[in-house]
Amino acid sequence: MIAAFRIPGAGRLRQAETASFSFDGHSYAGVEGDTLASALLANGVHLIGRSFKYHRPRGFLSAGAEEPNALVEIKRDSARKTPNVRATVQELYDGLAAQSQNRWPSLSFDVSALGDIASPLLSAGFYYKTFMWPKSAWKNFYEPKIRAAAGLGVAPDQADPDHYSARFAHCDVLVLGGGAAGIAAALAAAETGVRVILVDEQAEFGGSLHFESGAKIDRQDGFAWAQSAVAKLKTMDNVRVLSRTTAFGYYAQNFVGLVERVSDHLQNPGRDLPRERLWQVRAKRVVLATGAIERHMVFADNDRPGIMLASAARTYLNHYGVTVGRNVGVYTANDSAYAAAIDLKKAGVGVAAIVDLRDNPTGPVIEEARALGIEVNFGRAVIRAGGKLRVSSMTVQPKNGGGERTIPVDAILMSAGWTPSVHLFSQSRGKVAFNDETKRFVPGAYAQDCVSVGACNGTDGLSATIDEAYAAGAKAAKDVGANAKGNKPKVDASENWSRGMLGAAPGAGADTTVKAFVDFQNDVTAKDIRQAVHEGMRSIEHVKRFTTNGMATDQGKTSNMHGLAIAAETLGKPIPQVGLTTFRAPYTPVTFGSIVGHARGPLFDPTRKTAIHPWAERQGAVFEDVGQWKRAWYFPKAGEDMHAAVDRECVTVRKTAGLFDASTLGKIEVVGPDAAKFMELLYTNPWEKLEPGRCRYGIMLREDGFIYDDGVVGRLAPDRFHVTTTTGGAPRVMNHMEDYLQTEFPHLNVWLTSITEQWAVIAVQGPKSRDIIAPLVEGIDMSDEALPHMSVREGRICGVPTRLFRMSFTGERGFEVNVPADYGQAVWEALWAEGQKHGACAYGTEAMHVLRAEKGYIIVGQDTDGTVTPNDAGLDWAVGKKKTDFVGIRGMVRPDLVANGRKQLVGLKTKDPKVVLEEGAQIVGDSKQAIPMTMIGHVTSSYWSENCGRSIALALVAGGRDRMGETLYVPMPNATIEVEVTGMVFFDEKGERLNG
Amino acid sequence: MLLIRCPYCEEERPELEFRNAGEAHIARSANMAGESDDDFEKFFFIRSNPKGIIYERWRHMHGCARFFNAVRDTVSDRFLLTYKAGEPKPAKLPGASK
Ligand SMILES: [Zn+2]
Repeated sequence: MIAAFRIPGAGRLRQAETASFSFDGHSYAGVEGDTLASALLANGVHLIGRSFKYHRPRGFLSAGAEEPNALVEIKRDSARKTPNVRATVQELYDGLAAQSQNRWPSLSFDVSALGDIASPLLSAGFYYKTFMWPKSAWKNFYEPKIRAAAGLGVAPDQADPDHYSARFAHCDVLVLGGGAAGIAAALAAAETGVRVILVDEQAEFGGSLHFESGAKIDRQDGFAWAQSAVAKLKTMDNVRVLSRTTAFGYYAQNFVGLVERVSDHLQNPGRDLPRERLWQVRAKRVVLATGAIERHMVFADNDRPGIMLASAARTYLNHYGVTVGRNVGVYTANDSAYAAAIDLKKAGVGVAAIVDLRDNPTGPVIEEARALGIEVNFGRAVIRAGGKLRVSSMTVQPKNGGGERTIPVDAILMSAGWTPSVHLFSQSRGKVAFNDETKRFVPGAYAQDCVSVGACNGTDGLSATIDEAYAAGAKAAKDVGANAKGNKPKVDASENWSRGMLGAAPGAGADTTVKAFVDFQNDVTAKDIRQAVHEGMRSIEHVKRFTTNGMATDQGKTSNMHGLAIAAETLGKPIPQVGLTTFRAPYTPVTFGSIVGHARGPLFDPTRKTAIHPWAERQGAVFEDVGQWKRAWYFPKAGEDMHAAVDRECVTVRKTAGLFDASTLGKIEVVGPDAAKFMELLYTNPWEKLEPGRCRYGIMLREDGFIYDDGVVGRLAPDRFHVTTTTGGAPRVMNHMEDYLQTEFPHLNVWLTSITEQWAVIAVQGPKSRDIIAPLVEGIDMSDEALPHMSVREGRICGVPTRLFRMSFTGERGFEVNVPADYGQAVWEALWAEGQKHGACAYGTEAMHVLRAEKGYIIVGQDTDGTVTPNDAGLDWAVGKKKTDFVGIRGMVRPDLVANGRKQLVGLKTKDPKVVLEEGAQIVGDSKQAIPMTMIGHVTSSYWSENCGRSIALALVAGGRDRMGETLYVPMPNATIEVEVTGMVFFDEKGERLNG
Repeated sequence: MLLIRCPYCEEERPELEFRNAGEAHIARSANMAGESDDDFEKFFFIRSNPKGIIYERWRHMHGCARFFNAVRDTVSDRFLLTYKAGEPKPAKLPGASK
């Protein structure tokens, strides 16, 4: 059985019904090759959605990507729900399930359509005017209500189970658009042997040849020629042909973003197929063959279902074999609609009348229409459409007024002319120019190596289009060094259209009750645009934002030119003086999935793990993220919570010893005859006199004098320093060093090498640390005399090379064992076995933080924030007083940085030792003062210290070092906490344990 | 995504490989410690931020890792020229829009 509106023998699809699908729960039959739109129309369904603002019933306006009305939700399963799919581009598959949107309770009866009646309240600018009072109501009441009422689709509520792929591609000639122009350009370029990519958004190539029944090329029907030409291109090794692929963005230097819809048209896409594929193409030359989009006529109630573009009706008939009505009317200001009437009439469809706004048009199509017995009316306008859920009549009047006549119709095909698709040209930063004669914006000055051909260039007629496109393809190939040698396609027959009109036709009326739509998707009428001008908008950019014309998901593909013309007419200015709004990417909506690609979940960001990570995992460590690193946070034993584990780890380190994985510390080797000179310039400290084998705590500043990084530096030899940085700071410190070495101090003979990942670092800290390490070490005298605190030796441990640092970030006797990363875990396990004999523990980053805070050692980035000088941090001792230059030497002594009252790092003890302050909490001097209080600092580090038996904290406090012993206050939501300002060292103030 | 010619690699490479490093030709004083407050302000804080031709530093971060200089038109985003660090400001610019 053939669906009621499918015409036997018409169109190119095999009309055997192979696909069943549903719309709003009703089942229908379609055929292979249908879009959802053509399949619904074949079943006589025009009502497809409700409009955005007024909830007016809407049908299909177009048969392509420019569709503003026919937005539906396609649901494959509970997670695969895609809102706002244009039914005119969604290919049908067996079992497709679509739902209408923006209606309640049903599509044919929508309560919110009352908004249509109340529409005087919802006119242009209503968002800005109506709902602004009282102010608080906007956020809490109006905005949520409007959003709920105005929503286009509903976003999916589950994670997207599909995957999306991405590819980079390079070519000599990229052809965007696969109609007659694009195919001709691609043929010309491809025949020279250069690399060509041809792209089209539709399932099949051909563009307007889908409906242009009058085109004959190389003795074939136009559409058939397109298929055979593309088939030939596909066989060529130098050509890539991409269908179902939209060029959505044109960026600098011929970089074009494409999205290929790989599986949205398949019934059961294999799991190996991505849903979409993002192509990022760099082309030496780009040929824009993006065609033109037909405009509608602007008249009262021009949005009733059944009223559509004439070219859409032709596409449904000539390609899909579907008629959009039984008795159609035509309203036009342009020849191309005649062809639709002629095609339908020849297919046996009744054509009630053609209404042509022009006074005395002449030409072959007009003659042909007359010869077929179609009633043709010149100099008349359709002033109103009848019907609600479906158009039922058109009311015609002479355009300068006079008697009205109402003609019953079940569809109106309209054409106000064609708008060249200059979107991608405009995105390429080319400047459009207005052709006053044809009333079109066409490409003017080019900004990139691209060329426009065919309809998008304002070129009329198939012969001229193919000539222009073929020449452009050949020239693009020649520009990249190849010579053309092919055969230009020969046009045997074509259709020729004249111009058309812009703006509102008579009947769009100044009448306040008339709704003559300019922008269907955002419900903008001719009246709205006039009103915007009357309310003072002068530039088209302002009119656009005030009315929202062209701001919906279709980006005004059918509405921009009409809106502009109405604004210009109302302003009494020529169109080019009012200007065209800028076109921006994307050309049509692009899914987040295609842009994100594989970069989601675990692939969103690299995860870095140390050599010792697997051991820590086996021990049940809890990890924390530090930048991209996974670091062992603490090692809970059975029954321990975090606090219990951290307390035990902290106590064990100070009682016996602990092992800590410090591999993530940044490490840079500074090597060369001028290494010490370089270190003098990059750090505040003096280095020239540091003996090989000794270490020093270094501070790095930026030129502005603020602390940038810190770390212990060991001098391995006169020309070799082993520099450590903070974990998070490693890349930027390396960049900072390279910058100065390459650009400010290029006279220094120095090499910098990142060695972070070459060395695993095992910190062994605590009174028993030497006893644990010594049995495994060869070639290094471990005595205090030979290896004092802050020294470094090279030797072997467990038979592998080591750089053994004697240093401490806990205040205990301590070592940091550097071994090649591949041996990291083996050496750790050997040290662990030794440690077990002494009752040592493994400790994580939390215990490390507590232990260092007990000693008042700072962490750059926690206790400093980019506005802290060495003096502020109490680190003046680390600044070489005799040095004449280092990065930051001048910035550090700027007036504000040496003024009194700066925030300085101090210790804080809560009066109640059990209370642990919150990091980041603000500090005030007087808790009784009025709110807002004057804040004099904040807590930077705060912990429970089991070793001290109380809480400890570090804080930045204004004039802090002059406040020792003072009581300050930390106001919190529930209580104000009293604190005493103290020194920064809470444990072993004399530092005796370093040798303990 | 821009294409940038690295003067060391002598190749045009995609922007992803590079990192901008601020305005070029701002020399660090050889007598830094002796700079006046005003001179330091000019050196550290004041940048030209022009509409049009800018001289700026880039680093071929994910390539040869070298810092170099570039001349770019901030209106069109077009690179007019790149040259090695330490070389003087070019006297002539090819195809400058102004
Ligand atoms: Zn390079």
